[in-house]
Amino acid sequence: MNNHSRDNHAGRNNDAGKSHISTSTKAAAASTMDIVNQGLSRRYNAEKRFRLYGICAIILSMAFLAMLFISIIGNGYTAFQQTFVKLDIFLDPETIDAQSLQDVNYQAMVKQSLGAMFPEVKTRAQKRELYGMVSTGAAFQLQDFVRKNQQMIGSVIQLWVPADDDVDMLIKGHISRDVPETERRIKDVHLSWIDRLQEQERIQKRFNTTFFTAGDSREPELAGILGAVSGSFYTLIITLVLSFPIGVATAVYLEEFAPKNRWTDIIEVNINNLAAVPSIVYGLLGLAVFLNFFGLPRSVPLVGGFVLTLMTLPTIIIAGRAALKSVPPSIREAALGVGASKTQMVVHHVLPLALPGMLTGTIIGMAQALGETAPLLMIGMVAFIVDIPGGFTDPSTVLPVQIFLWADSPERAFLERTSAAIMVLLAFLVTMNAVAVFLRKKFERRW
Amino acid sequence: MKKVFIASLALVFALGIGTVGAASRDYISIVGSSTVYPFATVVAENFGKSTSFKTPTIESTGSGGGHKLFGAGVGVEYPDITNSSRRIKKSEFEKAVANGVKEIVEVKVGYDGIVIANSIKAPLFKLSRKDIFLALAKDVPSGNVAGKTVPNPNKTWKDVNPSLPDVKIEVLGPPPTSGTRDAFVELAMEGGAKKFSWIADLKGKDKKAYKALCHTIREDGAYIEAGENDNLIVQKLDANKDVLGIFGFSFLDQNADKLQGALIDGVAPEFEAIADGSYPVSRPLFFYVKKAHVGSIPGIKEFLAEFTSEKAWGDNGYLTDKGLIPMPEAERKKFRQAVENLTPLSGSEL
Repeated sequence: MNNHSRDNHAGRNNDAGKSHISTSTKAAAASTMDIVNQGLSRRYNAEKRFRLYGICAIILSMAFLAMLFISIIGNGYTAFQQTFVKLDIFLDPETIDAQSLQDVNYQAMVKQSLGAMFPEVKTRAQKRELYGMVSTGAAFQLQDFVRKNQQMIGSVIQLWVPADDDVDMLIKGHISRDVPETERRIKDVHLSWIDRLQEQERIQKRFNTTFFTAGDSREPELAGILGAVSGSFYTLIITLVLSFPIGVATAVYLEEFAPKNRWTDIIEVNINNLAAVPSIVYGLLGLAVFLNFFGLPRSVPLVGGFVLTLMTLPTIIIAGRAALKSVPPSIREAALGVGASKTQMVVHHVLPLALPGMLTGTIIGMAQALGETAPLLMIGMVAFIVDIPGGFTDPSTVLPVQIFLWADSPERAFLERTSAAIMVLLAFLVTMNAVAVFLRKKFERRW
Repeated sequence: MKKVFIASLALVFALGIGTVGAASRDYISIVGSSTVYPFATVVAENFGKSTSFKTPTIESTGSGGGHKLFGAGVGVEYPDITNSSRRIKKSEFEKAVANGVKEIVEVKVGYDGIVIANSIKAPLFKLSRKDIFLALAKDVPSGNVAGKTVPNPNKTWKDVNPSLPDVKIEVLGPPPTSGTRDAFVELAMEGGAKKFSWIADLKGKDKKAYKALCHTIREDGAYIEAGENDNLIVQKLDANKDVLGIFGFSFLDQNADKLQGALIDGVAPEFEAIADGSYPVSRPLFFYVKKAHVGSIPGIKEFLAEFTSEKAWGDNGYLTDKGLIPMPEAERKKFRQAVENLTPLSGSEL
């Protein structure tokens, strides 16, 4: 269309004759400007739209992120508090034998104390309901207390013990009092007991230290993440200790020493491919090699670390090579020029300059390994493990697996604990990524 | 730098070799069914807290996966106990024997009901097993002609049975890897299919065709596989009142304020009805113990004693709080006896 009209103009100008050359060029110039001006608003609009698309994309992704955080925090923040019930317990010296504290029936003492608070409860069925108001962990807590405070035997102590998860859910408002009794796990009789406890200020929400100091449990009020966190810690130590040196050595050799031929090309392509292999495949490999062939035990961080090493290696190698590539050749030439050997050049000059980049890649690889569950499924780390692991060969699980297991539990109270565990995991991931950014900012050199 | 490399590598290899050398285990390793998992974990936790033994580790691998790991051999690298939401199959037993696992002790734990539930905001469903079969089977009998089937044409519950509400059939349930699914097709679907006399006759004539007809669930979107996560199903049912879900009784028990269980053949999924067997879709739960490991792995005998004690699996035991339906007293006695004597299972019983 534009071309066509321009031809028309040109034709007319030629017809006008040579004496009008100057005016005709002016006219042509003016018409070009016209054309530009005509298209200008369209181009401005296109530009605006393009920016708008970008902003929309950002807003959308931020909205999704916000939604994720709001739902997780909204569900999970209540898990950092736990409802406690105050019991008055008489440590009867006749029943507590200081010589064998193990064999004392602490459960009975807890029950006795509850019974004394509600003397009108007589029938067996009702008593069962009453005793269910406090956690089964109360007896173990009492046992601990007695062991530590043996001088208290013979006196009445006041002990705050965790309430049962159903009571906890009610106090936190996750169970509504308005629905008909048959549809509630908390019955009307429980409500009356809870109201009486509240009147006597014997029921209280406190900071949930158990969540940070205990291992897994089937009772939500006794479950904690320390077991999973230490499992993650041991697994990541193994992963780091193995994958960092191997990854760096591979990257250095491939980048600085290896000849460029078909074999190194094949290796390079394979490393890039491995980075994209689904992580469950590494789990299957781990099962076949480490468990079935080498006979290593199931569910231990050692094997978990081996498997995650395989998974993170490609990431570290690729990041390491990129970091080595960014070191300018002048550094290498200068080192060689003053008589350094190739090894000296790499170890003294190139590696220190590339290390910040490699560390960043390693930390990102570690963060990825921290969030991984699929490969661990195959080697038995997706398991119910109560004891907190004390080393590399103790059975353990990891943080994301703990989240997965809790998400699958029927008890309502695990819902908020799942979200709380996700918050802890996210906190670790954010910290690790922040450290990576910090290291990059601090040590990065631009040429 | 180089020294650090070499030192760290040496450390890791030493660690690895150290563990291979010291191949012993001082904790019980349990694998198997995700349905028994919530009960076994509670027992394990109580066992760990009340004795000086370490708490057993329990993996939820599914019944089939559990038998595979369990029957792979005798030795510390193989699990000691496997949980199962169905009885061990003859093929699994024979495979285990071939791998050296000659003596297996069978313990029945109790019963579990499979429920079909919907949101409490929707009307209660009253289903028969025949309705379930007609709503969920891939092929259903056509007319009254024996042997003739058509791909399931039923779109709404009203199509299945005029007394049911006019709601689109949409059921969330477990995937084929799940023991719950196995039990559901066997008890509910097959039970419903047998109401057609020619299908019941087919069982004797062509077992394969019979199984294919009774056990195949439709794949046209009316049945939605929701993964092994029953909590997800509960949440979806709460959000959409027209959808039904299939899962274990314990999830209904824990979410009674949100969900209601459909009546099946006129019986509501309640504790007593499942315990006395009048609720038709219930199944026994088992675990299997490797006798060769008793004595070499510490604590197995004590763990079995804890599991089979009245305070755990009895009528008022702590397992009932988690939704297990206890066995009648005589049956409990029988299995406790089997555990005390470690009576192994003989292949001929299967």
